[in-house]
Amino acid sequence: MKDTIRSLDVARIRQDFPALNERVHGRPLVFLDSAASSQKPIQVLSALDQAYRTSYANVHRGVYYNSERTTDLYDQAREKITRFIGAPAPENVVFVRNATEALNLVAYSYGRHFLQAGDEIVLTELEHHANFVPWQVLARERGIRLKFIPLTPQGTLDLARLDELLTPRVKLVTFAHVSNVLGTITDPRPVIERAHAVGAKVVVDGCQAAPHMPVDVQALDCDFYALSGHKMLGPTGIGVLYGKTDVLEAMPPFMTGGDMISSVTFDSVTWNEIPVKFEAGTPAFVEAIALGAAVDYLAALGMDAVRAHEREVVAYAIERLTEVPGATIIGPTDPDIRGGALTFTIKDIHPHDLGTLLDREGVAIRAGHHCAQPLHVRLGLPATARASFYIYTELREIDALIEAIYKAKHTLRK
Amino acid sequence: MEDLYRENLLDHYENPRHHGTLEHADISHEESNPLCGDRIRIDVKLSEDGSRIAEIAFSGDGCIISQASASMLMDEVDCKPIGEVQKLERQDVLDMVGAPLTAARVKCAMLGLKVLKAGLYQYLVDHQK
Ligand SMILES: Cc1ncc(COP(=O)(O)O)c(C=O)c1O
Repeated sequence: MKDTIRSLDVARIRQDFPALNERVHGRPLVFLDSAASSQKPIQVLSALDQAYRTSYANVHRGVYYNSERTTDLYDQAREKITRFIGAPAPENVVFVRNATEALNLVAYSYGRHFLQAGDEIVLTELEHHANFVPWQVLARERGIRLKFIPLTPQGTLDLARLDELLTPRVKLVTFAHVSNVLGTITDPRPVIERAHAVGAKVVVDGCQAAPHMPVDVQALDCDFYALSGHKMLGPTGIGVLYGKTDVLEAMPPFMTGGDMISSVTFDSVTWNEIPVKFEAGTPAFVEAIALGAAVDYLAALGMDAVRAHEREVVAYAIERLTEVPGATIIGPTDPDIRGGALTFTIKDIHPHDLGTLLDREGVAIRAGHHCAQPLHVRLGLPATARASFYIYTELREIDALIEAIYKAKHTLRK
Repeated sequence: MEDLYRENLLDHYENPRHHGTLEHADISHEESNPLCGDRIRIDVKLSEDGSRIAEIAFSGDGCIISQASASMLMDEVDCKPIGEVQKLERQDVLDMVGAPLTAARVKCAMLGLKVLKAGLYQYLVDHQK
């Protein structure tokens, strides 16, 4: 890490997040579930409020002031996101509901048009169901073979195995930039280069990366990149699919209807240009505008600073959790390759009991399989506990987590 | 919430009643909750006329709520007529647990009853003339 990186003024940041001041069970909230969804700053809340309260009208359709103004704000939001992820142009940024929809869009539109029986898709053992099931369904339907990049004992992708997996039959490679369970940060560049060398397209699930670290899709050279707005300070119901121009242009639409056509007659139709071709119907334009505000907020902090802060928090959490007797950290313990999600187990305590007991102390963590059942099967664990962090997480909250874990152990006599 | 993990529940977890499996059981049924990996198997021996539970045992693994509530359920249904057992409902189990549960945890508490009822139902279907 360069020492020129600004660090975050967390106390100042927390003032922007009203929900962090809530109390649960009479105790201050310690919110450690941002990997599932982040809290929202007042800047985003007021962007939503403003958009609905002033000059509200549907986009694209009106010739009157309100519609033009809203369309303007909507276009600006797309431009902000374009800059935020380093996309070449707004036409490469397709608005969708969330990463799940983005990945399904690729599986349905690209997958069903360009892949056929006998082709292969390479994915990994650590994928979220959102980047697993759409490919499984496609594979079953079309007679496509799925192959998995295995994990090393440390919980990183075993890229030594990549070359043997990358046969000429592989048409698509997909993986999570950051794992929502193991926290593993995978450097996408080498994987993308090697996949391109065999002519495969690459889909990156950036759901746990885009909110937490600098992302430059052009530098990565991926063909698609998926993210969810609600995990990066934005509202629910808005996400992004980045796609390269040539692939997006070659793909058929995913859904059809209003906005996405350029002309319709009784017996023919021509599609609108990208990205609108993939945005049938009235879009979540207010949410898109608010996602623009979220991206402004993150850009002002600086994504290098966001990552540096989270690295510090996760390093501290690893250090503290390691002291707890019976605690096992799942995934890498090197904070350089671990995003802000720390998954663990406590010996002889089921994660759900732990979650319930921590909740009584005001500490919100997640317990379960985190929508990654195949990974949990591979790990041999039915469920795990996960504490995850963001720009507003303070080190004292890690202390609160550890204290609550000790208390739970005491209550359960473990 | 305060006293969810109180003595009674922990006692059932640590010293489960009717724990184990039965040989030559009339009913053996197992289910798991894929969300959290809780797993419960229940074995039942019926009275000769098939009207009552003569012997019952459960085994499995999972969270405290699932295992302790299964243990409580065993105590509750042992030697009871089948007709009564079939009438047991969600609220009866919640009453046995005796402390409020969040929606996610209610599922854990219900696993034992679900397994028992499914097993009984299958038995009755199979033995209908
Ligand atoms: C790695 C990863 N991919 C995809 C998703 C799906 O995101 P969403 O539910 O917002 O579509 C998640 C959400 O948890 C995730 O962590």
